Amino acid sequence: MTGSVKRDYVRPLDFKHGRVELTHGSGGKAMAQLIDELFLRSLDNEWLRQLNDQACFAVPRGRMVLATDSHVVSPLFFPGGDIGCLAVHGTINDVAMSGAHPLYLAASFILEEGFALADLKRIVESMAEAALHASVPVVTGDTKVVERGKGDGVFITTTGVGIVPAGVDISADRAQPGDKIIASGTIGDHGVAIMSLRENLSFATTVQSDTAALHRLVAAMVEAVPGIHCLRDPTRGGLATTLNEIAKQSGVGMLICEQRVPIRPEVSAACEFLGLDPLYVANEGKLVAICAPEDAQRLLDAMRRHPLGRQAEIIGEVHDDAHHFVQMETAFGGRRIVDWLTGEQLPRIC
Amino acid sequence: MGGGCSVKYIDEFRDGNLARIIAAKIAREAHSDRSYRFMEFCGGHTHAISRYGIPDLLPGNVRLIHGPGCPVCVLPIGRIDNAIELACRSGVVLCTYADTLRVPASNSMSLLRAKASGAEIRMVYSSLDAVRIATENPGAQVVFFAIGFETTTPPTAVAIQRAEALGLRNFSVFCNHVLTPSAIANILESPQVRSLGTVALDGFIGPAHVSTVIGSRPYEYFAQEYAKPVVIAGFEPLDVMQAILMLVRQVNESRAEVENEFSRAVTREGNLKAQALVAEVFALRRSFEWRGLGEVPYSALRIKSKYGRFDAEARYGIEYRSVPDAKSCECGAILRGVKKPRDCKLFGTVCTPETPIGSCMVSSEGACAAHYTYGRFKDVEVVAG
Amino acid sequence: MCLAIPAQVVTLLPDDMATVELSGVRKEISLALVDGIEVGDYVIVHVGYALQKLDPSEAERTLQLFAQLEPPWAGDAA
Repeated sequence: MTGSVKRDYVRPLDFKHGRVELTHGSGGKAMAQLIDELFLRSLDNEWLRQLNDQACFAVPRGRMVLATDSHVVSPLFFPGGDIGCLAVHGTINDVAMSGAHPLYLAASFILEEGFALADLKRIVESMAEAALHASVPVVTGDTKVVERGKGDGVFITTTGVGIVPAGVDISADRAQPGDKIIASGTIGDHGVAIMSLRENLSFATTVQSDTAALHRLVAAMVEAVPGIHCLRDPTRGGLATTLNEIAKQSGVGMLICEQRVPIRPEVSAACEFLGLDPLYVANEGKLVAICAPEDAQRLLDAMRRHPLGRQAEIIGEVHDDAHHFVQMETAFGGRRIVDWLTGEQLPRIC
Repeated sequence: MGGGCSVKYIDEFRDGNLARIIAAKIAREAHSDRSYRFMEFCGGHTHAISRYGIPDLLPGNVRLIHGPGCPVCVLPIGRIDNAIELACRSGVVLCTYADTLRVPASNSMSLLRAKASGAEIRMVYSSLDAVRIATENPGAQVVFFAIGFETTTPPTAVAIQRAEALGLRNFSVFCNHVLTPSAIANILESPQVRSLGTVALDGFIGPAHVSTVIGSRPYEYFAQEYAKPVVIAGFEPLDVMQAILMLVRQVNESRAEVENEFSRAVTREGNLKAQALVAEVFALRRSFEWRGLGEVPYSALRIKSKYGRFDAEARYGIEYRSVPDAKSCECGAILRGVKKPRDCKLFGTVCTPETPIGSCMVSSEGACAAHYTYGRFKDVEVVAG
Repeated sequence: MCLAIPAQVVTLLPDDMATVELSGVRKEISLALVDGIEVGDYVIVHVGYALQKLDPSEAERTLQLFAQLEPPWAGDAA
């Protein structure tokens, strides 16, 4: 019974039933195997193939933008996306909100011992697809493993770098009285999609997360109106929080019109069921733009020409206000403030 | 919000054009030589009034006063302490509605803080969720923190009966259900209230969903005995506006009747099935402390002895210790409509929704939280102007 | 305790439960507190229970009352 033992034979990782083990993070053979069979295979690009601890690339001239974001979303998989593509889109968007073209991403993973390799594969493949679709490769990364019970399955941190074109100066402190406020599309989709899966709040809805990379929309916007004053994506805390942040940083007040804020009927209904205010619900594929009034229509038209901005609307205006209040004309005819979010938004029954 | 087709029974009752029509009627019919003071008595109404900016649409002599319609606001600190005590017991899983999580209790604690310290506390949307958790976790002792007025009481009764039918041995209820008519009576007449100060009221906007359960009949006593009109209003802003108009008319015509604006969901008898269920499971407590109002007789419910094994107070030997409010806290006066949020020294400074001192700020239906969140910009204009 | 919404019953389920729908959002709720509910009825939903059936003709009457432009004759009550 002679059989030749294959040299350097390594049993491939079992992506169907295997689980993350502590050795996968310890820098040895097991980790190299995980990197090779999963990360390299999925994310494949010239930098990763070099197997260095860093990635080296030439940088075009201009001002560089650096952004980082950690992703701890639970559940990991939700209608319309997962933590993988969310991590890619989130950092691309942070970079893009400065007006910059995102160039490269780095991704680091903290994995919990016992996490299913099948789920990890699904997540990494989703990241790869998102990066490919956005044309922003993940060029370097890191993996660590923590003991069972010390992590929520997986945490992902992504860092992104980009270059801002000359003549573009976008910053949250640039809003001025008279400026128009534009929302790129419907609000609350992501938060409602997530909440539809949380324990004790289950209901069947057709709402999907709106997670998307916004850099191409931003590029089209900057081309139409290079003088945009502010851009921000309203993630945690929703539209209300973003407007309050900008109002504070710019030292201005705002007035928005409830009837002009785009929202899907299902999202509105889900918020009714749960006692949530859609203005505070997270978005992952939307942005808020603030520009001079004479540029607003041109900017709006440019946004509406892009698939991610079809439902863009001018929702309000900036004005002088020493108290930096964000106010809203309700559909009913009265006025109210749209205040900062206090604590975590918990659904109320009352 | 913009876009999307009209949602039946919701959007039509929020129509801005109709709001203007009703507002014009109110302005026309309210006599300019007198003021009208109406108390609303329903957390949902407080919220709707603030969220839609209804006071903007009313003439200056028609004033809305927030009464004790928020069950979280009237829950005494001592009862939250008891709930925290229960949650911290080993083996106990406390199930609660989200509203109670942030209420500040003694020793800078809250249910949310207890959860962060390791107590097993789960937020539920329905009492049946708590029963399900008990069924799925036979090793855990599940306690359902039951709060609310008559709208929320029948759901607790259903849960208890369900637990009995399933033969559950690991489910109990910490009962804090309170009664609406008792609270109204307390506002209108009690020695304590008289000594603490009460306010002249011209009428009541009757609670919406409490009334679907108890019907319009229980309010007839108040209308007669105290000669105050009551108009039961639906939950939507147009309902509230219409109810105000109806109250103005009653006052003008010196009538004191019970009228039902929410006729699409409220009948005189109410929901008899729900009422029977509640009578089957609960009995009246002789007295119960309400935050801000003191001890109120026959104002709250306890679990009947035949369902005694589902009574968490009995099961765990819970002892109630009354805890007074912070000294400068004006929640009591605000709940009785004697003072406004901005009359309280602590409002907006020490006491904010982020760092609430009193119950009126903790719940988003509380007068202070509602005013802070939606209306305080008006205070500023008044000061500046 | 007044957060409640009117939703339409789309399916009746065993164990006194039902699926209600509001603008494409569906939720399972209990019918333990009401009788005689049929598919197509609107109910007021609160903390996972139907509290009462909504009366469509009364709803219509209420809306018309809102829209009345002239003061009513004395004695008009809802």
